[in-house]
Amino acid sequence: MSKTEVMEISRGIAEAVKACRPQVIASFPITPQTHIIEHLAQMVADGELDSQYIPSDSEFASASIVHGASAAGVRAYTASASQGLLLMTEVLWNMAGTRLPVVLTGANRGLSPPINIQCDHQDTFSLRDSGVMQMYVEDAQESCDAHIQAYKLAEDPDVLLPIMVCVDGWNLTHAWEPIELLDQELVDKFLPPYHPVQHLTPDNPITYGAWADDRPLMEYRYMMQKAMDRAKGKVVEVADEFNKMFGRHHGGLIQEYRMDDAEIGVLGMGSIVGTIKAAIDEMRAEGIKVGLVKVRFYRPFPADEIIKAIRNTKCIAVIDRNISLGAGGALAADVKVALYNLKDRPLVLGCLVGLGGREITKSTVRNIVARAQKAIDTGKVEELNEWVDLNPELVEG
Amino acid sequence: MAIRAIDTIPKEELFVSGHTACGGCGQAIAARLVLKATGKNVIVVTATGCLETFASPLLMSPWEVPWIHPLFENAAAVASGIEAALKAKHREDVKVVVMAGDGGTFDIGFGMLSGMVERRHNVLYICMDNQAYVNTGYQRSGATMYGTATTTTPAGKVSLGKIQPNKDVPAMMVANGADYVATASASYPWDLMRKVKKAMEIKGPTYIQIHLPCPTAHVFPESKTIEIGRIAVETGLVPLYEIEKGKLTSSEKIKQKRPVEDYLKRLGWYKHLFASGDGAAVIKELQRVADENIAKFNL
Repeated sequence: MSKTEVMEISRGIAEAVKACRPQVIASFPITPQTHIIEHLAQMVADGELDSQYIPSDSEFASASIVHGASAAGVRAYTASASQGLLLMTEVLWNMAGTRLPVVLTGANRGLSPPINIQCDHQDTFSLRDSGVMQMYVEDAQESCDAHIQAYKLAEDPDVLLPIMVCVDGWNLTHAWEPIELLDQELVDKFLPPYHPVQHLTPDNPITYGAWADDRPLMEYRYMMQKAMDRAKGKVVEVADEFNKMFGRHHGGLIQEYRMDDAEIGVLGMGSIVGTIKAAIDEMRAEGIKVGLVKVRFYRPFPADEIIKAIRNTKCIAVIDRNISLGAGGALAADVKVALYNLKDRPLVLGCLVGLGGREITKSTVRNIVARAQKAIDTGKVEELNEWVDLNPELVEG
Repeated sequence: MAIRAIDTIPKEELFVSGHTACGGCGQAIAARLVLKATGKNVIVVTATGCLETFASPLLMSPWEVPWIHPLFENAAAVASGIEAALKAKHREDVKVVVMAGDGGTFDIGFGMLSGMVERRHNVLYICMDNQAYVNTGYQRSGATMYGTATTTTPAGKVSLGKIQPNKDVPAMMVANGADYVATASASYPWDLMRKVKKAMEIKGPTYIQIHLPCPTAHVFPESKTIEIGRIAVETGLVPLYEIEKGKLTSSEKIKQKRPVEDYLKRLGWYKHLFASGDGAAVIKELQRVADENIAKFNL
């Protein structure tokens, strides 16, 4: 039987991970991720979760431990944030290239310096090219449900790529909300035990991680890209199947909100989606034709779905909680690439918002929509990057 | 002296021909011997390095056992994860064996190794010690001996090679709590295989460091690998011993002690020590190290 309780979302995530029955968990503390791995440790200590729980000596080790465990054919889990994800980076590329379907949670947090433990998406965005799939969640329940969907997707023999569930630090990880804990029997049905296509065993010796020189690396990358492409369809299937079994749908690759007749589309991801929806409701009541595209998957990138959603708008404002320094917001760049070859396309306003945990309120969203309206009125976008809520007093020159 | 029949070595090859090691590679000899001692019921993890490079050309793998190469610095952590997975699957009959170079062990991977031992994973970690980053062209590592000319500690007009001594990783592994620590040499196959077999029986973290002469980096004729390895041991520079639960339990006695020059003169990467009088102080210091080893390990 499922039951609903008010709890910290980190515990909800731990409960969801537990329901997936990972056989090996590797952990290393980093704020704001730590509560998740602490809850899991307690579950193992209380005998509620039968898992090899390995408190490691670094995030680099944690990633390596789950890499080894997954290669040995078991379901594995780890979590990190910020600097810890950067430290994992080399392993995560290796894990994706080795096609190991590990699930990890990325509790989004900005990167140093200046040292900062608040939320933005710079940490997980830095891993966008690694071959690790990335999904961003909106609220308490999706934070939990996403992990169950993540294993289903990653372990699909047509996909076999690691996946990171990106959960906004603090706004989600530390918030207390009612969360429905899923019925274990149903989760077991949705997510049967993991049967690897191949794994390390003396019963059938294979070689992993061979020296390939210049010959097939390009083909390896091609196959990974094809797996990413196939994952797009699987994301939708998994979301539908989840809905059938548990009665909830958080979106597929994207989710549209009041986009039908929207002239302005806001693209956003993560916990600010709720704020954006509330602001849109207010503006709609005032007659402003604005809608939202929640970008749920960043990798694989849902180019076709975004095009379909925003085709009839006049301007889209893309919210980036990251910056590719020297260029601009990374999501906006991807969106522009997706739109470029269309005959008629909306203006694209790249908005840098909420870095280092700067609060994003309804008025922030209104500010962004007003800038989009100005672009429509003047017929052009003047700045490559709109710095929203920047404090000019703190900036030199 | 008992006659040790070669017939007692398993004939089955688990590390087969077809790899691309240099002629006379001590590491290829050692890898073959190690697997003869472990048997097939293992999963091998190899760090980036010579062994990985020459022993995993795609579709030409010489490994007849399950084998994984992850990265340069994480073999010990990946091995930890594999061991945990085996526990989860109740396949504790299978032993995880790491074979990593000295760069991957002494330097870039040392933190991972230390963590693996502290967490007490049931893993046999074997350091394939050719005393340098040979795969990338003979740069110094933490295993490189004082006075060695490598490409990053070259001998020159004002340099006599590496100015620091090598790390004593076996001692660090003892301090770290490894149940069994041993040193071995590719030139002493019986001793090497005996030590590997012993470590295989221990359910806990174990560490064996194998001294490997390398004709390519150390610069000597490729037919002389075994001989050079024996001379190294006979000088006392490469002591062979076992430490079980922190106590020295055996050491390979030197029958006829040789001066360190006997070893140093045979290797091209020490030739600068004999090119002028300046090398004499280095040689003297290395002789002191050898004498200290002989006393310390009762060789």
